[in-house]
Amino acid sequence: MKQGGLPPNPDPVLNQPITPELVTKHGLLPEEFEQVRRHLGRDPTLTELGIFSVMWSEHCSYKNTRPLLKGFPVEKTGATADFGRVLVRAGEENAGIIDVGDGWAIAFKIESHNHPSAVEPFEGAATGVGGIIRDIFTMGARPVLVTNSLRFGELDSPVTRRLLRGVVAGIAHYGNCVGVPNIGGDIYFDRSYEGNPLVNALCLGTLRHEQIRRGKATGLGNPVYYVGAATGRDGLGGASFASRELSAESASDRPAVQKGDPFMEKLLIEACLEMMAVPGLVVGIQDMGAAGLTCSTCETASRGGSGIEIELDRVPQREPGMNSYEIMLSESQERMLVIVQAGREREIEEVFAKWDLHAARVGSVTDTGRMLVRHHGVPVADIPASALTDGAPVYQREARRPAYLDETSRWTPERAGLADLDLAGARAALPRLLSHPTIASKRWIYRQYDHMVQHGTVVEPGSDAGVVRLRLGGSEKFIAVSNDCNGRYCYLNPRRGAMIAMVECLRNLACAGAAPLAMTDNLNFGNPYKPENFYQLKECVEGLAEACRFFDVPVVGGNVSLYNESPEGAIDPTPTVSVVGLIECEAHITRQYARAAGARLILLGGAPTELGGSQFLGIVHGKKTGDAPAVDLAAEKRLQALLLGQIKAGRLGAAHDLSEGGLLVAVCEMLFGLVGLGAVVDLSGLPSPRQDALLFGESQGRALVSAAPADEPAVLAAAAAAGVPADSIGEVTADGALTVKTARGPLEWAVSGLRAGWETSIETAMKRPGLG
Amino acid sequence: MNIAVLQFPGSNCDQDAFQLFASGLGLPTRYVWHKDTRLGEADLVVLPGGFAYGDYLRCGAIARFSPVMGAVREYARKGGLVLGICNGFQILCEAGLLPGALIRNSSLEYRCMTCELAVEDAGPAFNPGTLGARIRLPIGHGEGNFRIDEAGRAGLEANRQVILRYLDNPNGSLDGIAGVRSEAGNVFGMMPHPDRAFERFHPSRDGLSVARAVLAARFPDLIRKSA
Repeated sequence: MKQGGLPPNPDPVLNQPITPELVTKHGLLPEEFEQVRRHLGRDPTLTELGIFSVMWSEHCSYKNTRPLLKGFPVEKTGATADFGRVLVRAGEENAGIIDVGDGWAIAFKIESHNHPSAVEPFEGAATGVGGIIRDIFTMGARPVLVTNSLRFGELDSPVTRRLLRGVVAGIAHYGNCVGVPNIGGDIYFDRSYEGNPLVNALCLGTLRHEQIRRGKATGLGNPVYYVGAATGRDGLGGASFASRELSAESASDRPAVQKGDPFMEKLLIEACLEMMAVPGLVVGIQDMGAAGLTCSTCETASRGGSGIEIELDRVPQREPGMNSYEIMLSESQERMLVIVQAGREREIEEVFAKWDLHAARVGSVTDTGRMLVRHHGVPVADIPASALTDGAPVYQREARRPAYLDETSRWTPERAGLADLDLAGARAALPRLLSHPTIASKRWIYRQYDHMVQHGTVVEPGSDAGVVRLRLGGSEKFIAVSNDCNGRYCYLNPRRGAMIAMVECLRNLACAGAAPLAMTDNLNFGNPYKPENFYQLKECVEGLAEACRFFDVPVVGGNVSLYNESPEGAIDPTPTVSVVGLIECEAHITRQYARAAGARLILLGGAPTELGGSQFLGIVHGKKTGDAPAVDLAAEKRLQALLLGQIKAGRLGAAHDLSEGGLLVAVCEMLFGLVGLGAVVDLSGLPSPRQDALLFGESQGRALVSAAPADEPAVLAAAAAAGVPADSIGEVTADGALTVKTARGPLEWAVSGLRAGWETSIETAMKRPGLG
Repeated sequence: MNIAVLQFPGSNCDQDAFQLFASGLGLPTRYVWHKDTRLGEADLVVLPGGFAYGDYLRCGAIARFSPVMGAVREYARKGGLVLGICNGFQILCEAGLLPGALIRNSSLEYRCMTCELAVEDAGPAFNPGTLGARIRLPIGHGEGNFRIDEAGRAGLEANRQVILRYLDNPNGSLDGIAGVRSEAGNVFGMMPHPDRAFERFHPSRDGLSVARAVLAARFPDLIRKSA
């Protein structure tokens, strides 16, 4: 093929002919290459091919998911003047923004760093935190919290232990130094994530409405600045790397993993917020994340409907001799692109000098609609900016229901002849469940994260939702964040599993005393070119969208991470959901922990009856089968309204949703907050077809609450009025024993023993060496 | 009354320390930038927590050379009150204003949790009267393992320079030492965070007592009023 149009690149290496092999190596299909040629009206240069390859990767273009994502609601229909108005919608900018009243708003988003964490867990996870924090302060917001959603294989694998240790240390290293509290998250351990862990990080920031900044390059002749760290050869083509499956050779892709410098990020946050506080100085701003300088220049130009030209000689560089391909595709961290009002260059330069950071004028805004890149004065790339963004290909992939669903969805314990639990079996099962890492205390993880910096953390990690106090000007507000997604349910019933992720998040928020504002999601799936994987993706997205609409919770942004496969196969479909809620006043903040003996325990939602997809089935019987638990959205809404109403009425001492491990695990978790507590529970009158399903099943729409004896009648009456089944099942005691009366006889455990297994399980596992 | 909170570029508890004194105790409080070579009029200089210059080397090893530290040294030499919290404690040790050194936690991991602490009888300079025998304060550090040589240890004990000890040692510190004062009694350092223990919803409000204890010897009237 001929290479026409542009003069030879100053680096002869980049003047090689574009062969079909090179095109394939860049992850572009032959027909996509033809589209590139049509956009350019000629063959691309190698630099341009690299630029198209990262911008048209799934990571940047969402080419396989864009049509699906259109199904998400992006506005809150019931928003009021000071609650929940969407100020910046999903997909418009680096993060969505929601009004929280009094002229204040919050920006938040979740993003994945799965592949980098698989090959280089420490740096991969660290830079994942750094990237999402940049997405937030790019919007003009001060980051006030982060959370994480993590998925790993089982801890009996030395490779998994190495990955977990590295990921946790990396998150701690970055977040602790930057000084943004890590207030919680969720983590599951399951074989399907072995070799392909999931590392999703959320950041939330606060800002005044008038501080909102956009990633737009506007104003002909306005200077374009590059600020922050110098560009090196790290992270070359990271976006493309994230858009293919992991293989045995992936370790050789380590150069595609970036190296983080949290101190630099801290300086960048402060300098950028200081600069953005100056009225009228910043015209547009965007962080250089995936696809680095390439993405930030063409996206700002495309959004602004303008053009942009830059000279790479002016880009601060970490090492000499980098060529245009390397500079444009580097994903070096802690860099931003800023479009400044012409004539005010000195002001931005002074701010960055104060913080000892680079601020280099690398180019200017044009009106050509093109992204023009020069190196040593020679044009090396000249592309219509919109060709890289809106012009990216869009595919409707083929979806095919996976064959395994025929078998799993028909499975029932009766058909399989699964013996129900006898007393001895039940007695043994509870400690086993409590000490499985998925259910066990996550203290080993969160004590490595600074969850208290900024002195606003109200509910520390470990409860249903993390809660922080926001100091907004003269007033304060309390917000709660909950993350969830049970991949096991999504594997067994993708549509329902995704809905459960959503309703569980909402239930967690209701238990904390919060009303939901909006959600952000991270869609972690396998290779979408495999129809079975695409079926899972499509079903999950549709399920999520339905739940979002039902609860009037808009999606304000998120991330899609596909190709999560190792040689052993795809991960369980994992559409991680994070919902942010607002708590009306401090008195409503509720935890999952019982606070005193004598409190009554009330089960809301009725007796659990299902066993499919439960942790019990996995841990005790070694099975991942059955249908996911049923979801009744209307019943969920009634339950959550009841929870919130009773919390506001001041009647609930503790509230905890029933999730992994079921009823008895929830009872234990409620007792673990205060040493010495016990409980007497009577389940003998609860109707359930099976003992195992009653004790450990994971039927949805349930919550366990505690109330003072004097308040109990009012709670039960309110439940009856709301149409929510409510059963008074027992009482918190001070004798440290958990006694459960069942139809088959009595069960008893010492809470201290149960707690010991629950508290130390992960810590003990992590004392064993890691490998790999 | 005038509290000066230093701001190094990587300080991230500067606002926490500021609020402890400003909203917790209601005292006039201001920031001093690390490039300043003068402190101005100050009754207490606070070195807050964080990662002053990234701390990729030994914590505080670069901060001790920062422009503002010359002024802090001079201020301390003249008897001015200085309080270092967490990274601030590390910097004061590196700068030679407090004895000992803080090395990697024995667990080799960062620790964020709330600790029980014994308040030691450190003489009138750190007023135990406002504190009681036991307090609870959060910690958040990777390098809080206090070390000192035998002679230094003997000196600390002889001069009653230990102000706080962990009851359940979270980081391997020698003798569970969590905080010390200078021999002269005007420079204080501690790994636990009083700046995370002063709001209604914090794990305790003992941070207020600690802040008062530092100020008590010099400003008895003020402390009586605020307590």
